[in-house]
Amino acid sequence: MSADPTIASSRPRTRSRPLWLSTRRRRDFWAFLLLAGPNIALIVVFCWRPVILNLQYSLLDWTLGNKRATFIGLGNYIEFFTGEAGRVLLTTLIFTVATVGGSMVLGLLLALVLNRRLFGTSVARSFAFAPFVLSGVGVGLVWMFIFDPVFGVLSIILRKVSLPVPEWFSDPRLSLTMICIVFIWKNLGYCAVIYLAGLQSMPAEVMEAAALDGAGPVRRFWWITFPLLSPTTFFLLITTILSSLQAFDIIRIMTPLGNGTLTLMYDVYLQAFGGYNRAGYSSALATILFVLLMVITLLQLRFVERRVHYS
Amino acid sequence: MTTLALSGTGRRRIVGDVVAGYLPLVVATLIVALPLLWMVLSSFKPAGDIVTQDLVLLPSRWTTEAYTTASSKVNFPRLFLNSALVTIVGASIKLFVSLTTAYALVFVQFPAKRIIFPVILVALMVPAQVSLVPNYVLIAGLGGINTYWGIILPGLGTAFGTFLFRQQFLSLPKEILEAAEVDGAGHATRLFRIVAPISAPTIATVALVTIVNEWNDYLWPLVVTNSASIMTLPVGLTLLKNTEGDVSSYPVLMAGAVVVIVPVLILFTFLQRYIVSGLTQGAVR
Repeated sequence: MSADPTIASSRPRTRSRPLWLSTRRRRDFWAFLLLAGPNIALIVVFCWRPVILNLQYSLLDWTLGNKRATFIGLGNYIEFFTGEAGRVLLTTLIFTVATVGGSMVLGLLLALVLNRRLFGTSVARSFAFAPFVLSGVGVGLVWMFIFDPVFGVLSIILRKVSLPVPEWFSDPRLSLTMICIVFIWKNLGYCAVIYLAGLQSMPAEVMEAAALDGAGPVRRFWWITFPLLSPTTFFLLITTILSSLQAFDIIRIMTPLGNGTLTLMYDVYLQAFGGYNRAGYSSALATILFVLLMVITLLQLRFVERRVHYS
Repeated sequence: MTTLALSGTGRRRIVGDVVAGYLPLVVATLIVALPLLWMVLSSFKPAGDIVTQDLVLLPSRWTTEAYTTASSKVNFPRLFLNSALVTIVGASIKLFVSLTTAYALVFVQFPAKRIIFPVILVALMVPAQVSLVPNYVLIAGLGGINTYWGIILPGLGTAFGTFLFRQQFLSLPKEILEAAEVDGAGHATRLFRIVAPISAPTIATVALVTIVNEWNDYLWPLVVTNSASIMTLPVGLTLLKNTEGDVSSYPVLMAGAVVVIVPVLILFTFLQRYIVSGLTQGAVR
C-alpha cells in the first residue's frame, strides 16, 4: 500500500526519516484500524451494502422469506412507473411541500417573535422545540385521539359550535392534511430555533441604519432580514426536505394502511412488510428513494462549496 | 407636547408587544403544550369520561386504571426495560465508537484518510427505509429476529457522533497532544486522558442526542421484532393500538403515550441545552 499523495507530498523527507518515525507510522496504521475500523466496517455492512444490494434485489420478483427469486430485469421499475407512480409521487410531493413549507414559514414567524426581547421567550423557545425530540409513535397516538371523529376533543369542540366534523381518517385527502398538520407541529420548533440563531447572528448596524432611513418593519423584513437569512433558509430547506422524505412513525401509527398517505418512503415499508412481502419491488422503491435523497444532498454540498468560495 | 407624544408611542409599543409579541408566544406555547397536557389528563381518566361525547376536561375521578389495563394487555414494565436496555447498550457503543473513530480521523496517520471520511458521512444519507430489506434479510439469516442484538447491531455504525466529535477535535490545540506524545503517552492515553476530558460538553451532546434517537427508534425494531418479550416501547404501543380496537380504550393508549414520551420530556427539560445544540449543529457555523 503506497501512501496517499497528499501525505507523501507534504512530507518530502521520507527517506531520511529516523527509524522511530517509521515505526510510529506502522503503529499509527494499526491504531487507526483498531479505532476507526469497527465503525467503518459497520457502516459498510449496514449502509453501503444495502444500497448496492437494493440494486440487485430490485431486478428480482422475490417474495420475502422465499428461497427462490425470478430475475425480471427492470420489471419492478416498469410496474411502478406505469402503475402507482403518479399517485405515490404526487402524495410524496404534496406531503413534502406542505410539511417543509408549513414548518419553515411558521418557524420563521415564531423565530421573529422569539427574537424580540420579551419576557418568557426562552421558555417559549424550549416549549416549541420539545415536540421535535419526542417519539413519533407517542405523538401519533396523541393526535389520533385529538382528531378522532367521535371522541376526539377537536370533534367535540367543532360539534359544540355546530360546525361539521371532518372525516379525518376515512377521507384520503383529509388524512394527508391531518398527517401534515401533525408533522408540522413536531418540526416547527426545530425551524424556529435555527431561524432564531440566524436572526441573532445578523449585524445590528444594518437594521438600525434601515430604521433610520425610515424603512418600516415589513419593508425591513423583506428587503434586509429575509435576504440575509438566505443561507439559513437554504440549510433548513435541505434538512427538512431530507427529514420529510424519511417520515415514517406518524404515518404508520395514524394511517397504517396509507389511505391517502401512501408516500414513497411509506410504500417501501408497506410493500415489504405490510403483508405483501414484495422484497424485490420494495427494493426498487428504496433505490428510487435513495437516488432522490442523494440528489438533494449533492445540491447541498454544491451550495456549501460555493458559499465557502464567496464568503 | 413632548410628554404626550412619548406616552403615545409608549402605548403603541405596549399594544405592539402584546399583539406581535406576547399573543403569538402564548398561542405557540399552548399549541405545543395542550396536546401533551391532554395526553396526561386523559391517561388518568376512567373510560366513562371518554365515551360520553361531552367535553370532560379534568378526569371525573383520577384513576390509574388505564395504566393497569395497558399493562395487562401488553407487558409494560418489560417493554420499558427492553427499550432501556436497547437504548443504553446501543447508545454507549455508538458513543464509544464515534469517539474513537473521530480521534483516529483527526490524530492518527493513515493512508487515504481523505477518502474515509466521506465513506462514513454517507451513513447520514441512508435512512432505515433504504437499507430495510437487505438488512432484514441479513439479520434474519443470522438468526437475529426477536433478539436484542438484532435490534441494536444494524444501527451501530454512526456518522452523526463521528461528525460532531471530528469538528470539535479539529479545534483542539495540537500542542497538547504533541507534548503528551513526547512524554510517551500512547493513543489510548491521549484519547481517554486528554482529548475526552476536554471534550466533555460534546460528549454530553452526542450522548443525549443518541439516547433520544435510540429510545424513539421505530422502523427497524418494528420490522425485526414480533415477540412481545423482546420488542421496544414504540413497537409495543403499535401492538397495544392494534389489540385495543375498542374506542373507549383511548385512556389506555394515552397511558402508553405517556410512558414513551414523558422520560424524554424530563431529559429534555433538564438537559435541553445539549440536546438542542446537538440537533441544530451545522446550521450556523
